[in-house]
Amino acid sequence: MQQISGAQMVVEAMRKEGVEVVFGYPGGAIMNVYDEIYKHKYFQHILTRHEQAAVHAADGYARATGKTGVAFVTSGPGFTNAVTGLATAYTDSIPLVVISGQVPISMIGTDAFQEIDAVGISRPCTKHNFLVKDAKELPFILKEAFYLAKSGRPGPIHVDIPKDVTAQIAPFDYPDEIRLETYKPTYKGNPRQIKKAVAAIAEAKKPVFYLGGGIIRSGAAELVREFVAAAKIPAVETLMARGTLRYDDPMLLGMVGMHGTYAANMAMSEADLLIALGPRFDDRVTGKLSEFAKYAKIIHVDIDPSSIGKLVHVDYPIVGDLKKVLEEMVPLAKEQINPDRYESWREILKRYGELHPLKYEDSDKVLKPEWVIQRVGEKLKGKARISTDVGQHQMWTAQYYPFTRPNELITSGGLGTMGFGFPAAIGVKRGVQEEISINFTGDGSILMNIQELMTAVEYRLPVINIILNNNYLGMVRQWQTFFYEKRYAETDLSMQPDFVKLAESFGGIGYRVKTKEEFDEALDDAISKGVVALIDVVIDRYENVLPMVPAGGSLYNMMLEYKDEG
Amino acid sequence: MHKERRVISVIVKNEHGVLSRISGLFAGRGYNIETLTVAPIPNSSLSRLTIVTSGSHRVIEQIIKQLNKLIPVLKVIEHEELIEKEMVLAKVPLEERLSDVEALCRAYNGSIVNVGKDGIIVMIADEPTRVAHFIYALKNFNPKEIIRSGVVAIER
Ligand SMILES: Cc1ncc(C[n+]2csc(CCOP(=O)(O)OP(=O)(O)O)c2C)c(N)n1
Repeated sequence: MQQISGAQMVVEAMRKEGVEVVFGYPGGAIMNVYDEIYKHKYFQHILTRHEQAAVHAADGYARATGKTGVAFVTSGPGFTNAVTGLATAYTDSIPLVVISGQVPISMIGTDAFQEIDAVGISRPCTKHNFLVKDAKELPFILKEAFYLAKSGRPGPIHVDIPKDVTAQIAPFDYPDEIRLETYKPTYKGNPRQIKKAVAAIAEAKKPVFYLGGGIIRSGAAELVREFVAAAKIPAVETLMARGTLRYDDPMLLGMVGMHGTYAANMAMSEADLLIALGPRFDDRVTGKLSEFAKYAKIIHVDIDPSSIGKLVHVDYPIVGDLKKVLEEMVPLAKEQINPDRYESWREILKRYGELHPLKYEDSDKVLKPEWVIQRVGEKLKGKARISTDVGQHQMWTAQYYPFTRPNELITSGGLGTMGFGFPAAIGVKRGVQEEISINFTGDGSILMNIQELMTAVEYRLPVINIILNNNYLGMVRQWQTFFYEKRYAETDLSMQPDFVKLAESFGGIGYRVKTKEEFDEALDDAISKGVVALIDVVIDRYENVLPMVPAGGSLYNMMLEYKDEG
Repeated sequence: MHKERRVISVIVKNEHGVLSRISGLFAGRGYNIETLTVAPIPNSSLSRLTIVTSGSHRVIEQIIKQLNKLIPVLKVIEHEELIEKEMVLAKVPLEERLSDVEALCRAYNGSIVNVGKDGIIVMIADEPTRVAHFIYALKNFNPKEIIRSGVVAIER
């Protein structure tokens, strides 16, 4: 059998797994691996300028392509920088393999230079992790890492490899297939439960589809569209499920939750049955739990049994892969469900939609963020991938961008990680090079990983960052406005870099725009030149995200507008 | 909310970090561990953990689901009808009425296991509630040290 070094094994495993790109940052403990990368060109290595960005880029790549993202980092500070990326991917169930260097085995536990208990730190923010003690174990562990990342409920896997293990020579026999005695995810739903659930839908008067991120992860959006069209049951989407239905689908009531539409939140509140397909019942969606969907029985389909019944009582639990479950469920539903039955319910919800549509007051004096997002939508709908950072701009994007397909929106939903958007967009662009990659960001968020301008320029990954610049940590400022009597503690960002010069100094293009015309010109120019860009859009400083359900409030008690009394 | 006491056995692969994975799950989610015992299962690459925990029905349900979700966990057994045993080692000074101590130990499936210069060591193994009674009774003999193990349990 072939005898090779641990470092070579890492590189060979990437080849066997068909990895085409690795995002990373070198350092002492992982140098043996980087030395192998130098010798072979099996995959492209993209050097980010911060390890957090490497993991977010791998994450964006994974979300956009459906493949597993890969990142390499060194021990100690290299690894700790990567932790936010792991936690972000973990909360949103994104398949990643993150490999870190570690000090040599003999030095583990001695507080050696750049030593940290990496597996101890990553344990709560990964699906699984490994400390490799012997190069003999590496082929199996690496295979297992890729298998675990993608199977069942996907998630990030961390492999920590001491430096002497990457130097050690051992036999390399990479398994073709992996079978783990202790890990057997359930893919097929229980047929009896599926039958019962369909019967419950057929009997319901006011059912609602509650669509969650699991749909995107399992690639079930097509089937969901078919299901919704056949049953003619109104649907709401979580942030993570945006794009499951086309923005103009007549059954789509919009996003649900804290910044959901009136119609979507009222539908949840008045429904007699929720058909929950892959959501997590996140508190940003449910609001006050005791008031959430009070009149509804609940069908919940999820691949992770621990997600079901965690927060609310579920009447029809179905454990399984959403796609597999829907393959069974949709034909049954088509036979048994009479869409006419829900006619009056659809009417009620339509009226709710007309009563309080999503709205904002446009202005010719100052740019409104909602207008900017709608404008990008008009120009690029279906042709671009949209990433976001975290804050008001994220919610406006989720509300106003006309999403046409799954994975069109790439956003940190579960952890809400500022600094995610730009590096993720770089990964997205690397994954789907034929599409335009737009990142909607805030003046706060963009500064959290601005150094990645260099990565984007160096590797010619022309992400267009649209900074909705309100000179505030806007979302926090909004809460201060509503709930802290306008005490704007540490949210004023009037002190700002010159974003135009900043972009230019990295070799990109910067634009500063204040009017609709200027915005159009800047966007067109950035697209036609195909460059890395920052478009600094000066928007209304005090625009709020509405409607809003105050944290812990009930979904049907929404603030629909905010009148400023000075 | 009503709290129930539960004994859960977990069969895991014997691998690096598995115990901290399990205790970390309890710590990170604020679940309660009353006792935890662990030892390898003879002639296998597996270990058995016995965990005594308490919580509301929903918490217990989550604990079991979350344990099942851990990759190295082979099986989670929720005991319904079970025999539970716990062990106590205690040191009693030589000046005490040792025949009474011995009689007490015998009543709780135990005996004197060592006689030293300044004390005797006794051992008992019994059900957790009876262990509590034993410790209460032993206090009359001024024990210098009492060490209690966690629970081990087996299905009836
Ligand atoms: C890493 C991180 N730190 C802090 C927060 C808390 N937080 C949520 S939104 C927000 C403000 C974001 O400001 P900005 O990026 O300017 O976007 P805006 O809300 O103005 O659109 C903050 C500080 C966070 N989500 N992530």
